[in-house]
Amino acid sequence: MANKIRVATTSLAGCFGCHMSFLDLDERLLQLAELVEFDRSPITDIEHCTNCDIGLIEGGVCNSENVHVLREFRKNCKILVAVGACAINGGLPAMRNFIPLEECLNEAYLEGIGVENPQIPSDIELPLLLDKVRPIHEVVKIDYFLPGCPPSADVFWKFLTDLLEGREPSLPYDLVHYD
Amino acid sequence: MNKTITIDGKTIPFEDGQTIMAAATAADVYIPHLCHHPELSPHGSCKLCTVKVNGRNCSACTFPAAEGQDVLNNTKEINDDRQKITQMLFVEGNHFCPSCEKTGNCQLQAVAYHLNMLDNHFPLFYPKREMDASHPDVMIDHNRCIFCTLCVRASQQHDGKDVFAISGRGINKHLIVNAQSGLLKDTDLDMNDKAAHVCPTGAILIKRTGYQVPIGQRLYDHHEIDQVSLVTENPHHGE
Repeated sequence: MANKIRVATTSLAGCFGCHMSFLDLDERLLQLAELVEFDRSPITDIEHCTNCDIGLIEGGVCNSENVHVLREFRKNCKILVAVGACAINGGLPAMRNFIPLEECLNEAYLEGIGVENPQIPSDIELPLLLDKVRPIHEVVKIDYFLPGCPPSADVFWKFLTDLLEGREPSLPYDLVHYD
Repeated sequence: MNKTITIDGKTIPFEDGQTIMAAATAADVYIPHLCHHPELSPHGSCKLCTVKVNGRNCSACTFPAAEGQDVLNNTKEINDDRQKITQMLFVEGNHFCPSCEKTGNCQLQAVAYHLNMLDNHFPLFYPKREMDASHPDVMIDHNRCIFCTLCVRASQQHDGKDVFAISGRGINKHLIVNAQSGLLKDTDLDMNDKAAHVCPTGAILIKRTGYQVPIGQRLYDHHEIDQVSLVTENPHHGE
């Protein structure tokens, strides 16, 4: 079908819980598939997004690759959406913000219990870690926010159906949760 | 004849000496608030109860009601301001709801839900703050303190003690306890004190109770704070 709404999704410094919650749309995914097609997404394995209508971003920004991906999404998506607690305020990954990065790396790769062959990964292919995990609205302009850890399938449904049917998206009280 | 004010066009009776907040609560009109508690002296610091009185912004919890006042409360402009204030409270501390024992029972979170706050808007501070788990029954997580001083006032005015205080100014403001060591265990705080239960956020918690009620079955998961507030704060609610 021509003129399907093009949706891209990604998980940055997230746990894929928001994507799992999205899949909780269950049979409503079939209704959604009539109206949208997925571009770049873990669901499709397409590597780069092009000319999308809606970009759904899970997770905050913790390394240089996250920044590049986020900017690619902003450049290629008309509407960019922060999905879940981590995208909105950094979430649990941001709890490392109170510990110097060097100490985090030492604990994980040098001094932690059960570490074998201790060395801090330094392969040139690895993205550099940022000193702090940041929410995505501090890096690019975000159009809408879906709070929750994760946002329920009903939140995705309400938001997407509002958009697809030409309404200004809104979430009633019982769909707004930060936990 | 009763003296009256109007709030959003509704006529509200008041008695001499009542604040706008007290008159509103008695008439079952909710004004959002965090640092106000009807049994404690008003503090006027959180500014969530900002209303327009005859065109000027005032804190409803401190401003005395007076004959003929025209008060605006539940308007889009004022609620937008309140949402911005709430966002500032969130970014100035470390409020990670998914990992907080208070989630679902938290007034800060509930006010944010009530104001349909979906994002933080401002850059996050991520201030480095400590925890004090020294007391056998009560813990302080300074990450979640919003400096409402409810614990300070409850300890002084209700418990007859002087366990808490706010020290420092501006961005250096922080909650302190009344002990040479600076530790809660060396104060005379008891887990049954009002000061240990009055915190509107997850900053002061009773140990070993955090997950007795599962997430999803908690107070504000199913009831909006405007209703909860009037039920708990107006003894004549619904009459």
